[in-house]
Amino acid sequence: MMEADGELLTRLRSGDERAFVSLVQCYQEQMLRLAAGFVPSRAVAEEVVQDTWLAALRGLDAFEGRSSLKTWLFRILVNQARTTGTREQRSVPVPDPEPAVDPARFDASGAWADPPEHWIEAAEERLAAGKLADRLRALIDELPARQREVVLLRDVEELTSDEVCSVLAISDGNQRVLLHRGRSRLRQLFDDEIGGAR
Amino acid sequence: MRLLPRRDLVCQQAVELVTDYLEGALSRRDRRRFEAHLAGCPHCTEYLAQMRETIRLTGRLEPEDLTAQQREEFVALYRRWRDERSEE
Repeated sequence: MMEADGELLTRLRSGDERAFVSLVQCYQEQMLRLAAGFVPSRAVAEEVVQDTWLAALRGLDAFEGRSSLKTWLFRILVNQARTTGTREQRSVPVPDPEPAVDPARFDASGAWADPPEHWIEAAEERLAAGKLADRLRALIDELPARQREVVLLRDVEELTSDEVCSVLAISDGNQRVLLHRGRSRLRQLFDDEIGGAR
Repeated sequence: MRLLPRRDLVCQQAVELVTDYLEGALSRRDRRRFEAHLAGCPHCTEYLAQMRETIRLTGRLEPEDLTAQQREEFVALYRRWRDERSEE
């Protein structure tokens, strides 16, 4: 358990409502997006998150701190969502044949025919100027649910791969495949928006 | 770990290995082959840099702030829990 978690837990257990608000503030939005990966609508996702906070409060005294507070919360969320979700996907996804890059960009030998352009600084500027954040959010929302969950947890929430596997109950290899597909699509977004429009 | 044919990597294979590479999940042999390919391929080097940048940019998304109304609802939720708990 993290140092900061310990202090926050003490405050939560001692009845400090500001501690709870800051916890909610910290995780509400990510939990909503994550829940949306399991259930059909925003309204249901909101219910799932609400239920998660209730379950978390009820479990607070029993929480032993074997994982971080965040991992614990997200695990509760995933369990709530999976029992609620009509989009429930308990089975392991079939290997996704979708390539990271459009095959048309390679020649017959598999070498780049249409190589990537350099857009890194431009993407940086556009995101800093607030011009890309909404598109990026929208694209994350459009990712297939499993890819979205992994990308949100790994790259937005910045959980470790072990934490993600534990929260989502998936294998390490599975996690990497989903992460690869998700990240590849997001890279494609920057390519489309900033590199030569394809 | 995935086993690759012994001959040199081509770009189309290299881009599929980027995540395993970044995650440290390639075997030592495959990592060497991947890095040997990068050393001779500026396009795949650029591609790898773009994937790193994508991860960085995604990590910069900020959670939206709670509205005042949401904040009140959560304070109410917490107070209910606190009251119930002290009654036990």
